[in-house]
Amino acid sequence: MDRLGLTPDEWTAITLSLRVAAVATLASLGPGLAVAWLLARRRFPGRGLLDGIVHLPLILPPVVTGYLLLLAFGRRGAFGAALAEIGIVLSFRWTGAALACAVMGFPLMVRAMRLSLEAVDRRVEQAAATLGAGPWSVFLTVTLPLALPGVLAGAVLAFAKAMGEFGATITFVSNIPGETQTLPSAIYSLTQVPGGEAAALRLTLVSIALSMAALLASELLARRLARRLGQAESRP
Amino acid sequence: MSLSLDLALARGAFRLDVAFTAPPGLTALFGPSGSGKTTVIALLAGLVRPDRGRIVLDGETLLDTDNRIDRPTHRRRIGVVFQEARLLPHLSVRQNLVYGRRFVARNRPEPPGLGFDDVIGLLGIGHLLARRPTGLSGGEAQRVAIGRALLSHPRLLLMDEPLAALDAARKAEILPLIEHLRDGAGIPIVYVSHAVPEVARLADTLVVLEAGRVAAAGPAATLLGRGDLGPDRAAQAGSLLDMTVAGHDAESGLTHLSGAVGRLSVPRLDRAVGASVRLLVPARDVLVATQAPVGLSARNVLSGTVRDVDALREGAVLVGLACGDATLTARLTRASAHDLGLRPGLPVFAVVKSVAFDPQAIGAGRAPRAVEI
Repeated sequence: MDRLGLTPDEWTAITLSLRVAAVATLASLGPGLAVAWLLARRRFPGRGLLDGIVHLPLILPPVVTGYLLLLAFGRRGAFGAALAEIGIVLSFRWTGAALACAVMGFPLMVRAMRLSLEAVDRRVEQAAATLGAGPWSVFLTVTLPLALPGVLAGAVLAFAKAMGEFGATITFVSNIPGETQTLPSAIYSLTQVPGGEAAALRLTLVSIALSMAALLASELLARRLARRLGQAESRP
Repeated sequence: MSLSLDLALARGAFRLDVAFTAPPGLTALFGPSGSGKTTVIALLAGLVRPDRGRIVLDGETLLDTDNRIDRPTHRRRIGVVFQEARLLPHLSVRQNLVYGRRFVARNRPEPPGLGFDDVIGLLGIGHLLARRPTGLSGGEAQRVAIGRALLSHPRLLLMDEPLAALDAARKAEILPLIEHLRDGAGIPIVYVSHAVPEVARLADTLVVLEAGRVAAAGPAATLLGRGDLGPDRAAQAGSLLDMTVAGHDAESGLTHLSGAVGRLSVPRLDRAVGASVRLLVPARDVLVATQAPVGLSARNVLSGTVRDVDALREGAVLVGLACGDATLTARLTRASAHDLGLRPGLPVFAVVKSVAFDPQAIGAGRAPRAVEI
């Protein structure tokens, strides 16, 4: 099999990367929105701490984040052992790669969502409440639709980050072809062996194309949403 | 149908402590900026929590801080029309209008005359249904906001200076709609305004707020006559007269009105003969003469007797004149009242210039309400 001049191994790395990034993004949407909402709308003790923890992966060396994940979710880790009891193993599995990518992309996602939630006009939400909408209805029918461009931007950022995540992933789940070898890991491996330059370049081009496609898609969606909201331009 | 409230709130230097009862009809909250009008609206709607308070609507307690009752906004069934329309920007006009419907209990019957078609007909917004809120003019958006509030079938409608952001032409478009709601829909309305003509035209009951307190409350005609409208009460005093259109004079461009006070001529009104109108005669535009004036340009000369003389600050007096069965209030300087020897019982003539009438303050009149006992 030799589609687009790529070897089956290279295809495996690409599809695995897409799967890991998609799962990481989808799985962080809910928690990301919840944390963004808490940070944007609520004043509570420990808010600063939560904000700090969410942003930690952004400033820590990725290797440190990966190692912390290994300590926590490895087979002997506090959470890892408990999860293993119910049959969920993360270390050295693609699911672990997804977890690492989700953690690394989380601050970017939360940041974009939080900004867009803060930009939603509270007075419009109040108007909805006077029309009989309870807090959940207000969130689902007013807040979320109005914040959607930012929520989407957050998701795209997290996806792009997941596609490129390397340090935390390789530290936490290693670099196993077909299981945890994502695009960046594959490129790294290729650069470590003689004669791998051509393949590394091919995968690099694929990586650039995928990132561009994600950006373009999000731009198009954001424009359509903005039109629906009746605004000329709405960038989160 | 009645509303009573007693609310206290302190925010920094601002203190609010108000209590009043609003009978059926339209109650206007009147007062200068910063007097707490909008805060009262937010408290009634449950958008702001008071430090202490009690709100009873229709015998149902919506708020009672002593007994830890605080019905959330969406369960109060109080419609609000804000100063800005606050339409949901991501929904069409139609979706905005029906937004409140899904939250109305299914088994609750639709109030007569307030179905979807009735409301869009009343407000004249049928041609806007497919539009987005951002494409609407201020007047259109405000009409949609009124329609949206009505279609959520509220027990009470709060209107927070709904005309403040509109120009005179748009105001003239919406004022009759509010009169119609007041008279036709039977929904009690609390209406915030700092414009005397609006209040004079719309209010049955007046609550005057001053620095977070109720300075005066009572029937609008009584309060306007006494000039109980806040610090510059003398400047804003006036008489609220219910009159009927007796005829139009094409040649002079005047409309003749008749009522308990006698006959008055005003700049031409676009209303049919026999229609009832409500008129505010500012006290500062009424002159008093002790003899029948001759050689005078003013059209309206009414005869009556002095009922009372009420001294105000700054050397002014308000003179209550009994003309026919109605009371007309005049504002004079204390010196001229003294020179004329005004005292209760003295027969006098009141002179009003036709051009003194503010067309904005001339609204649809209403048959007197049966008083509930």
